[in-house]
Parts: sequence; C-alpha cells; structure tokens
Amino acid sequence: MSIVAQQGTRTGELRSRLNLLIIAAGIVAALVAPFVHYPIDLMNVLCFALFASAFNLLIGFVGLLSFGHAAFFGAAAYVTAHAAKVWGLPPELAILLGALSAAALGLVVGFLAIRRQGIYFSMITLALAQMFYFVCLEVPFTHGEDGIQGVPRGTFLGLVNLDNNLAFYFVVLAIVAAGHFAIWRIVHSPFGNILKAIRDNEPRAISLGYNVDSYKLRAFVLSAGLAGLAGGTHAIVYQLATLTDVEWQASGQVILMTLLGGIGTLAGPPIGAAIVVLLQTNLAALDFPVTVLIGLIFVVCVLLFRRGVAGEIIAYTRKRG
Amino acid sequence: MFCIPFVKCLPLVALYGQLLLGLINGSFYALLSLGLAVIFGMLRVINFAHGALYMLGAFVSWWLSISLGIPYWGALIVAPLAVGLVAVVIEKTMLHQMYRLDPLYGLLLTFGITQVIEGTFRYFYGASGQPYPPPPALSGPLNLGFMILPLYRGWVVIVSVLACLATWLLIERTRIGAYLRAATENPVLVQTFGINVPLMMTLTYAFGAALAGFAGVLAAPIYQVSPLMGTNLIIIVFAVVVAGGMGSILGAIVTGYILGLLEGLTKVFYPEASNIVIFVVMAIVLLLRPAGLFGRAA
Repeated sequence: MSIVAQQGTRTGELRSRLNLLIIAAGIVAALVAPFVHYPIDLMNVLCFALFASAFNLLIGFVGLLSFGHAAFFGAAAYVTAHAAKVWGLPPELAILLGALSAAALGLVVGFLAIRRQGIYFSMITLALAQMFYFVCLEVPFTHGEDGIQGVPRGTFLGLVNLDNNLAFYFVVLAIVAAGHFAIWRIVHSPFGNILKAIRDNEPRAISLGYNVDSYKLRAFVLSAGLAGLAGGTHAIVYQLATLTDVEWQASGQVILMTLLGGIGTLAGPPIGAAIVVLLQTNLAALDFPVTVLIGLIFVVCVLLFRRGVAGEIIAYTRKRG
Repeated sequence: MFCIPFVKCLPLVALYGQLLLGLINGSFYALLSLGLAVIFGMLRVINFAHGALYMLGAFVSWWLSISLGIPYWGALIVAPLAVGLVAVVIEKTMLHQMYRLDPLYGLLLTFGITQVIEGTFRYFYGASGQPYPPPPALSGPLNLGFMILPLYRGWVVIVSVLACLATWLLIERTRIGAYLRAATENPVLVQTFGINVPLMMTLTYAFGAALAGFAGVLAAPIYQVSPLMGTNLIIIVFAVVVAGGMGSILGAIVTGYILGLLEGLTKVFYPEASNIVIFVVMAIVLLLRPAGLFGRAA
C-alpha cells in the first residue's frame, strides 16, 4: 500500500472551481499579508512552504520518505551564506550556488539511498544527513556552533535593495512562487506521470521498461535542489546559517509540515508549513516545550488525520461532487 | 608502541583503552540493533522510539536510586520491566493501528512519540546529565597486566554479550521463538493454528523495548543520564542496522560489535572521522552489497 491515498483522475466541476478559489485566495493573501504582519515571519513561512513542497515532491509523487532533507536545506544555507559573506557574491548568485550545491549533495545521497527501498530508504537518508551534520560540525568554514552570522543581504539583480523588508518579501515571494511553479510543472509532465506510476506500483513500472532508479534519482536531485533554493533564501533572509538548519529535528519538522498539510497534494505542504511555523513563532513566548507539541501533532496526524488539511478538503469535495 | 606505517604510532595502552571503549559502544549498538531487528521482524515497524526507550531505562534506574533507594541490581530488573510496560501501553493504544498501513507510518508515529518523550524530559531535566555511580561491587579497577580495566566496563561487555546470546537462543532455539519466526513469515497461517498473534506482537514490542531499557540501565553509570542520550545514538544504530541487514539476529549483533570496535580504532588513528566512520561504512556497504552484510536480497 502506498503512503498516498489513491486519487481519482476525474475532476469534479466543484473541485476545479474550488481549486481556482483556493489559488486566488492564496495569491490575494500572499500580496496583502506583508502589510498586516511582520514580513520576516512571513518570509520564514514562504521558505518553509517551498522546503515542504520540495520534500513532498518525493514523498507525495514518488513515494520516497526522505528523513534527511534538512541536509539539503542546510547545505544550501551554508553555501549561500559563505558565498554572500566571504566571496561577496550578489544574493541571486549566492542562492543559486546554494541550490546547485544542494542538488549535488542530493545526487550523492540519492545515489546511495535509492539502492534500498521503503523503510530502508528513510533510514539511509537519515543516517547520511546525520553524517553531513557531523561534517558541518567539524569543517572550519561553517564556524561550528556559531554558524555563519552577519550575512549581507545585498541588492537583488542589482535592482532591489533587500535591506528593505517589504521589498525583500516580494522577492522571496517570487522565488518561492517560481519554485512551486517548477514543482507543478514536474508533477504534471510525462516525467511526473512516470514518477506517480513508480509510486503506485514499482514492479509494474519496471516491467513497462522504465529505468526506475534513474527516475527516482532525478526526482531526488530536483527535490534536493528545490529544498536548497528554500534553504539559501532562508539564509539571506535571516542573514544566518547554523547547525539548526542541518539537524535531524529540522528533517522531522518538514515531514510534519507535509503530513499536516496533506501528503501528495500541491496545496498541502504550504498550508502545513504556515501552521507549523506560525505555531512555533507564537509558542516561543510561552513556557511550553515546542518539541512536545510537535510530537503530539505528529502522533495525532498519523493516527487520525493521515490525509492532512488539503487531503481532507479534497476528500470532502469529492464526496459532495 | 604500536605503529601503523606512515599514519601514527602510539602506546599500546592507549590502543587497548580505545578498543575497550569501542567494544562498549559496540555492546550498546548490538543490544539496540538487536531489539530493532526483533521488532521489525515481527511488526514490520522501525521503532524510532528505541532511543527514547533506552533513555527511559537510564532515567528509571536513576529515579529508583534517588527516590526509592533501590540500588543498581534492582534497577537492572525493574527498569527493563517498567520500559516494557510503557511499550505495552504504546503498542496497545497506538502502534497496533499501524500494522495495516504503509510501514512508513510506523516510523512517523514512533518519531512523534520520541519527540513527546524526549521533549518532556528535556523540559523537566534540561539538556545536562544526571550522575549515576556504578554499584560499589563493580566500581574498582582491575589490573589485567597489559592494561587497567575499570571493572564496570568489563561487566558491561560481558553482560551485553550474554544478553545478546540469550536473545538469540530464545528466538532460534525455543518453542516461543519458533512461533515468533513462523509468525514473521506468515502471521495469518500461524493465527489459524490457534496462536494469539496480536498478543505475540504486543509482547515482541515490549521485549524489544525492555532490551533497550536494559541497555539504558547498563549505560547509566558510563554515560550521564540525559534526555538526549537516546536519539543521537539511535541514528547511529540505524546505520548499523542498514549496514548489517535486518535479515538475521546474529548479523545485527555481530555488526554492532564490529562497528563499535571500528569506531574505537578510528578514534585512535583519525579522531576527526570517528563521528562519521559508521555512516561511511554504511555507505560503502550500500555500494558493494546493498542488502547489507548479513541481509538477504529482498
């Protein structure tokens, strides 16, 4: 049985109208939000939305549960921060370099991890990400426990001064929207259909003559690169790259966002990311251990709410339509 | 002096010391990966909470000594039972619902449970460790002639080997073990023979957890009793399990000891890599023998 609930191909009229409605509401909310809420918080949400969607590309559309995606997010954060601070690269090049490094790391990790299936795949990605964490702890350029601090934001494409939070917000929005558009294109391409075929029945895809390993690896690299795009952007927003970005807890967090929002749906991961990030920012002031809460949400989601927010909405409209 | 040409020379005593440390780490890897393998074999669930249960074992023995004055020897029996009981509750209330789902959900559920347990302990005890002295009978050193062996460490190595062997005998050589192996192969068929498979699953999980709790008691006097002692360890144990393959009980045990020793050796010759050597071995095994050293190809 796949981790993703089987979804029908017939789309009810109600559902497509609802889709449009959700997308329109999302766009309006994204445009209005920075005027009513602190932009840095929102940029944080946007970065994690892209991170979760990149992760979802693997779990939701290839059926691979990566337990080490923080490695790609964090690797890109370190490379971007280093490139912007030490090499003095402009932010767009620094972020691009970060995303490419994450994709390269994804090539190595993915090559090893796809040699096993199912639960082993998850354990291998977790172990390799932990190894990467120890590497980050030891090598000099990450500055150990301190991380890379005081990363300059610079001027985006030589046009937009990113020290203005509101302007930066719209740059981040554009980057994250581009990332999501890429994911949408991948999922709806012939390549994406083969990925879904592998997810639903791997032996069948093999017997149809597809080189399953090559497809899995390409999806893995894409997912890692997009996670890196999120991580690099995040590093410029917070002007910081630290070990927190590569810890296993961060890998767990992105799983939770996707699970809560709805695995295998396109709208789910951003919804889940928004809920988890806002919950964390608001809980930081309270004297309640965030880890416990995250754990509890995890348990409740797995036991009772496996379709997630978006999945439940889809199921509801399908019942109605 | 002991030398590896072109790398390093060092006194033999230092080498023995690190090998002993490696052997001790290996004992914990073996005990924990053994428990993981037993649980996975029967339940098809990778128990992420294994590290948290190990931590729980250490904390229970610390509590017993602080609040009830129960010494180490009592903790060695009570703590595994207590952890087993916690495991029964987890299995009966939550985990049993995962069997009919994709195995990934079992991993996610136990990950969530780990976060809850660990977060709670961190909230009450912080990240620092609580000291737990070894029992008086085992606290002295023992002069072996070629090195000074802290008695307690020798005890840990011997007891963990015995516990591993006992588990192996239980599974491979007894009637209960035969039921267990049969139920692993074909649970439906075993159930039709009138064996209570759901009960066996609960007990298997409890047994694996008790083994982790037992390891926790053994670890308490060596490492500090701290909320974070489990999870960092369990990720390494995952690498051990991937490298060894979960097909065989004996394989899990042997891989645990070998990788522990290898880690000890790395600490001597290239300490910078000692944190990652087990992951590197896992990667090499994946390249050369994807099913694991003792695994059967799926």
